[in-house]
Amino acid sequence: MKAFWAFIKKEYYHIIRDPRSLLILIGMPIVQVILFGFAITNEIVDAKISILDKSKDQLTQEISNKILSTKYFLLSEYLESAKQIEGSFRKGKIKLALVFEENFAEKFNRKERPSIQIITDATDPNTAATLTNYINKILLDYQNEISISTIAPKGIEVITRMEYNPQLKGVYLFVPGTIVIILMLISAMMTSISIAREKEKGTMEVLLVSPLKPFMIIAGKVIPYIALSLINAFTILLLGVFVFGLPIRGDYFLLLFEITLFIITSLSLGIFISTLVKTQQEALLISLMGLMLPTIILSGFIYPIESMPRILQYISHVIPAKWFLIMIRNIMIKGVEISYILKETLILLGMTLVLMVLSVKKFKIRLE
Amino acid sequence: MSNIFLNINNISKSYGDIQALKDINFSVDEGELFGLIGPDGAGKTTLIRILITMLLPSTGDASINGLDVVKDFKKLRHLIGYMPGTFSLYEDLTVEENLKFFATIFNAKIKDNYHLIKDIYQQIEPFKDRRAGNLSGGMKQKLALSCALIHKPDILFLDEPTTGIDAVSRVELWDMLKKLKEQNLTIIVSTPYMDEAELCDKVAFMQKGEVMEINTPHQIVEDYDTPIYAIKGDSFYNLLLALRKMELTRTAFPFGESIHLTTYEEFNENELNKIICDYSNQKTETKRIKANIEDCFMAKMLKNK
Repeated sequence: MKAFWAFIKKEYYHIIRDPRSLLILIGMPIVQVILFGFAITNEIVDAKISILDKSKDQLTQEISNKILSTKYFLLSEYLESAKQIEGSFRKGKIKLALVFEENFAEKFNRKERPSIQIITDATDPNTAATLTNYINKILLDYQNEISISTIAPKGIEVITRMEYNPQLKGVYLFVPGTIVIILMLISAMMTSISIAREKEKGTMEVLLVSPLKPFMIIAGKVIPYIALSLINAFTILLLGVFVFGLPIRGDYFLLLFEITLFIITSLSLGIFISTLVKTQQEALLISLMGLMLPTIILSGFIYPIESMPRILQYISHVIPAKWFLIMIRNIMIKGVEISYILKETLILLGMTLVLMVLSVKKFKIRLE
Repeated sequence: MSNIFLNINNISKSYGDIQALKDINFSVDEGELFGLIGPDGAGKTTLIRILITMLLPSTGDASINGLDVVKDFKKLRHLIGYMPGTFSLYEDLTVEENLKFFATIFNAKIKDNYHLIKDIYQQIEPFKDRRAGNLSGGMKQKLALSCALIHKPDILFLDEPTTGIDAVSRVELWDMLKKLKEQNLTIIVSTPYMDEAELCDKVAFMQKGEVMEINTPHQIVEDYDTPIYAIKGDSFYNLLLALRKMELTRTAFPFGESIHLTTYEEFNENELNKIICDYSNQKTETKRIKANIEDCFMAKMLKNK
């Protein structure tokens, strides 16, 4: 047992005495959360638009004011002819142009359904679609307003409610996602690299010649990283809650339990990788290519799994991050109890067990 | 006499088609300082790694103090001290932390076995708070030796401990090994430097995975029966070329300031000097000498080629 403590102490020194890596380990989560939080947002504010009003009556004026009074749009200029539209887009001055047809109010009053043309710059299709949606919504609201005052509305009224995240805040998406990536990175990559380093430097040979049991060597390597990962998870959660106003609706202990479980899964993955490689470089490559990319892309962090091709959906099943992400979103945002995420918990437990057994079997008690 | 401590029986080791060790047989007595001498690639490291339970032999077996290196590897790992060929301590830990760590993982306390490493460790103790990575080559070696000894092993394996360190540190290291031997520690040391063979009690001369000869350095020199002469001349290089062309020459190798010449038959010093003098067109000096251990190994290496 004393030998075990000495081993953990040694590992702690390795981490503490490499200030550059330590800075990355502690600083990266903070930078990532802040980057995701402020830079990556689906909301568009102050998009520049031009308006070509061929009718210039009271109604088009009202609609224009309605649109420009929201925080989403800013007027670039009123255009005089359709030819100017193309030029404005080319110069990159505007994201969207509105064209009111002639005799707009007259047609409206005669119930002839006058038209508004929306032209957008679709070089960035996401922005174009979002802006179009905003305009549609504003026009719909306006129509409802005036039809109430005139005649009773016909047709179906759609009432949408965005449950759990009514304002559609991006923070709900990226805080759990960042936790997943950071934990995966630190747990799996750092452990696989640190075990590979012992192999590369020849210290593993000396450790193996000692009476230290292989299990002790691995556990000693892993425990400091569990602590480090937990610290990082807390940092991200605190930032999420206090800077971005993310709720934690579920049980704190359940959240802590699932986070610890995922850390252990990632660590076993890291240990397993280290049994396959001989050098730090190999460990880094396999962790980055084999773990980070699939985790980011296939976990459902950024792209919804449901819209992926069938084959990728199957692959996503073996990615631990996918299951963890489901659980952590459910706990934090929906506030569910363990019974709702039992399946995911069991899957992660199973994965951990399999990885550990494989690692112990593959761990070499000799050099070959 | 003394007891056999290490016994090697018909050990072979191959990696695919390459045979690294061929049928090795020898034994080492308790308290002996045993040298594995041979050029790079002779199989010294492979043999040591089999003995310290790090590699499995393809065939054959070996035992240390009655414990089999394959079956009883767990027990053996308590008794073995090992210093690898490359520096294998933690460079980001200080001298003292390294020593403490290696003592603890062997369940030993520094103060219990301090007498074993005292002579060595005292030299690096002034730097005990320095990180191991910042030590000089010789000091690293002393620290590595201290770490290998701190758990009071019964047998110590050193893989090329003198490769890449300066001449003074080499002498110091061999002095230390001699002192350790006095405490009845069995020591197996490998080295590519043939002159170090004389410092061992017994040596095994290895080449291409085979043991060519096992004997005491004294006996190896005694057994040498080829006539050998030391030749000095004004122009060293021309003399060497000339000697290699002469018909009476078996081998001619530069050795320090002179050339060691072996011949097929015995000559009188003066007669031989005259022949060489005439042939090489320069003033020469010839002396019949007693072969040293390097001459013996050179002869054996050539025979094997």
